[in-house]
Amino acid sequence: MKTIADLLAEHKFFGELDPQSLEFVAGCGKNVHFAPGERILTEGEPANTFYVLRSGSVALSFFVPGRGATVIDTLGDGDLLGWSWLFPPYRWQFDAEARDDVAAVAFDGACLRTKCDSDARLGYALTQRFARVILGRLQSVRMRMLDVYGVGTPH
Amino acid sequence: MSMALALPTEVRPADAMVPVPYRVVGRARETADTVTLTLEPVAQPIADPLPGQFNMLYAFGVGEVPISISAIDAGHRLRHTVRGVGAVSQQLCAAEAGAMIGVRGPFGTDWGLDTAMGSDVLVVAGGIGLAPLRPVVHQLLHNRRRFRRVTVLVGARAPEEIVFRGEVASWQASARITVRTTVDYATAAWKGEVGVVPTLIERVTIDPEVTTVMICGPEVMLRFTAAEVLGRGIAAERVRVSMERNMQCGIGRCGHCQLGPVMVCSHGPVFPWSRVGPLLARREL
Repeated sequence: MKTIADLLAEHKFFGELDPQSLEFVAGCGKNVHFAPGERILTEGEPANTFYVLRSGSVALSFFVPGRGATVIDTLGDGDLLGWSWLFPPYRWQFDAEARDDVAAVAFDGACLRTKCDSDARLGYALTQRFARVILGRLQSVRMRMLDVYGVGTPH
Repeated sequence: MSMALALPTEVRPADAMVPVPYRVVGRARETADTVTLTLEPVAQPIADPLPGQFNMLYAFGVGEVPISISAIDAGHRLRHTVRGVGAVSQQLCAAEAGAMIGVRGPFGTDWGLDTAMGSDVLVVAGGIGLAPLRPVVHQLLHNRRRFRRVTVLVGARAPEEIVFRGEVASWQASARITVRTTVDYATAAWKGEVGVVPTLIERVTIDPEVTTVMICGPEVMLRFTAAEVLGRGIAAERVRVSMERNMQCGIGRCGHCQLGPVMVCSHGPVFPWSRVGPLLARREL
């Protein structure tokens, strides 16, 4: 049976971390599963966890009065779910729900923050990785702002 | 408004500039502003088109626009999918069965699907950009064994703006090819993905050495998608895009669709990214 460190070593986010750092980080993680339709995050609730998705699909949504839940992004295997544990006030900004069977590694945010504070090299390595993922999400949002399907559409 | 203009059936194409009369024999609404017209020749048909080529469709008395061919049927029938965004295209969208439309073509380069045989094919469509790629998917399904992994990625603003929705669902259901759909915004009822279509590139399996990519959509989407596939290690020569410019003559004479050294109507509309990618980065063109 694979350990958390083994699972992380296979993941693109952690893949190039040295084995010692992987073991260190893995101490904050545990395997979790969600059934289809199960709520993973709820807007406004304390953000203590982040998830490395191993399989399945998750919908991020925001409740808009009069319109209902609007899905703003979908995440799948290999993606990371949850940033709000990184910075105060540590509250989720969106809802997240499993769309099918989801397997993930859940990390205790406070545990990880403490380890990053105690090991600046590890903290920098992880911050770089988080920044890369957040940049990708930011660029995706910018593309949506451009309304890429509406401008100069071919006949 | 119907365009029931009676034309003599003996009209024949004298050259590429003379529209050939076709009759609308079918009209299907795809989205709020897009319809697919099925056209049948009144007399002599135009030459059989290849996937990726386009025709100039003439709404008599209004004008002419380039429209890609969204299906190639037997018996010289043509299917064109038209989005009503201007005077001519709105007139075409309004054409009812029995209306007459002038057709010139087929013009331009095709997707070159025969050169992709034996390889993986990745098709990426944004919005109505699925229309010129639809004949490619038809051929991929028809000749499925001649290709390796086939992946089709479809993006649109919203679920109700996906063209050929029922057909795309049937492609997904057949499981003969991998099909993923994504929209910018959706309700919880939407079971596809949410996000712009270039973001799906990192989520699909790609063998860069043997993958041919075919992309069609608005130019912004082409640029972002090409950047993603190049980032996955696919050579620019293996990435083909269909371009849109102000095509008017269709034969590279009038110059309206000029993009630097190329005429999009005759050198394209399908180009390897290695040829047009650098041109799209130049604002002066």
